[in-house]
Amino acid sequence: MKKRIEDFTVTENRRLADKFYVIKLSSPTPLPEILPGQFAEALVNDSPATFLRRPLSVHDVDYSENTISLLIQVTGKGTEHLSRLQAGEKLNLIYPLGNSFTLPQKGESVLLTGGGCGMAPLFYLGRKVIESGAYPHFALGFRNRSRIIGQDEFRKLGEVHLATEDGSEGYRGFVTGIPAFREEKWDRVYSCGPELMMKAVAAECLDRDIFCEVSLENMMACGIGACLCCVVPTTSGNLCTCTDGPVFNVRNLKWQTSG
Amino acid sequence: MADLRIKIGSLLFKNPVLMASGTCGYGSEFDDFIDIAQLGGIIVKGTTLESREGNPYPRMAETASGMLNAVGLQNKGIDYFETNIYPRLSQYDTNVIVNVNGNTVEEYTELSRRLDNLDAIPAIELNISCPNVKRGGMIFGTNPGAASEVIAAVRKAYRKTLIVKLSPNVTDITEFARISEDEGADAISLINTLVGMAVDAGTMKPKLSTVTGGLSGPAIKPVALRMVWQAAKNVSIPVIGIGGIMNAQDALEFIMAGATAVQVGTASFIDPRTAVNVIAGITSFLDGRGFATVSQITGIINRN
Repeated sequence: MKKRIEDFTVTENRRLADKFYVIKLSSPTPLPEILPGQFAEALVNDSPATFLRRPLSVHDVDYSENTISLLIQVTGKGTEHLSRLQAGEKLNLIYPLGNSFTLPQKGESVLLTGGGCGMAPLFYLGRKVIESGAYPHFALGFRNRSRIIGQDEFRKLGEVHLATEDGSEGYRGFVTGIPAFREEKWDRVYSCGPELMMKAVAAECLDRDIFCEVSLENMMACGIGACLCCVVPTTSGNLCTCTDGPVFNVRNLKWQTSG
Repeated sequence: MADLRIKIGSLLFKNPVLMASGTCGYGSEFDDFIDIAQLGGIIVKGTTLESREGNPYPRMAETASGMLNAVGLQNKGIDYFETNIYPRLSQYDTNVIVNVNGNTVEEYTELSRRLDNLDAIPAIELNISCPNVKRGGMIFGTNPGAASEVIAAVRKAYRKTLIVKLSPNVTDITEFARISEDEGADAISLINTLVGMAVDAGTMKPKLSTVTGGLSGPAIKPVALRMVWQAAKNVSIPVIGIGGIMNAQDALEFIMAGATAVQVGTASFIDPRTAVNVIAGITSFLDGRGFATVSQITGIINRN
């Protein structure tokens, strides 16, 4: 799949809640096929503090509008700059990068688990799961009720199971404790979110022998497999999150026990 | 159009712009963005005799106008390189140079001997300046006796163009430039990364698994420029300038300070087309100022 470097035009920058924004960007050329789980490297570069590109998951793709959407959480200077982008402004992207989630077979039971900004790729994945003929369930975790984002969007695609750490909405605790996750038989579980959450999901799936893929968010410099900065230890040695991932089957990961 | 060709040792380069080791993979990572054959050359990933896993993650931290890395020479070793990478590299119509690393003088020489037999590799860059390995690397590049010994040994083992990549983590760069020349190097390239570190005040931990790493990017350009200028004044072999080159103007500054050629490194992470853009920018500068060749401006600040 050929990678591109292009100046996109911001068509919309919508604040979801708290520090979360969805930025819709239109491409100057017809979009190539973008797979669920792939990401883009965005050039912020507005000050010495934001020197490197920011890797951002593709949240959604609209081929009819020729746009892609990115879901961002303001965590530092780079994402803060992105949150302030106005319609009409340009954003340079290198894309589509990385591998993708393995889509289910028709009729399989599928659970997509995520939390916070890790939900970014799960929306597009959910749409592709439906196209594959499976029905997606979402297990989404948040700190508390006021931090919940995007649940209406996800409800349009499938069933949503919520967990909050303080119990102010849905199950009290982490996504791995949600009864639907624990009790139902899943053919596939996908996860993207905080590393501790993904490790807990992975442990549960390995224990129950469930196919499980996670999307990692390791720090990157190049995004194209040249710098070898974003490696993750796997059964095949250190692999690049940017080119061998970001999606990995948890069976192949050799995660260290400490986060 | 100005003539950009340059010569290092007996080796001709179509222009003075190369991509630096560790920032261009094995070239193919950039095939979607540029035609590698337009470059003067590429210096592929640091290679060792045996396969290496490198340092644990995290091995990168962003810093003001730059980045720290502690990759630690992750590579699959010379056997894998020869079988799986070299055949494809030999198709590139440009100078493909291998960056050579080892723990001991014997490892450096053995690897150099192996590379001497690969026809499509016309030169090596002897890396005595990697700051991210426990043994070898920078230890050779910061100790005059050790530098002298390893360069002399490799010179005996390697018949083609030998470039020595110098460390900036020394008191007097001219000493190592002269040692390289005296021991038979055809050129020197500098600077490798500057040893630095970063701390996360939030987690109260170092940002790199190795604590310290190598700083690159525009943050180091003034230091690099100074060292290239000093080195070029003290040796008669060509100097290849490296350090924070983001565009043609940066590259021209290095050439004017005495560099015969330059390497684009970290900038390729920001824009993979940088090196090719630098070539175009140098050409248009020379044409605009009426210079017929790039060599006319090499070291020109010393004459102006």
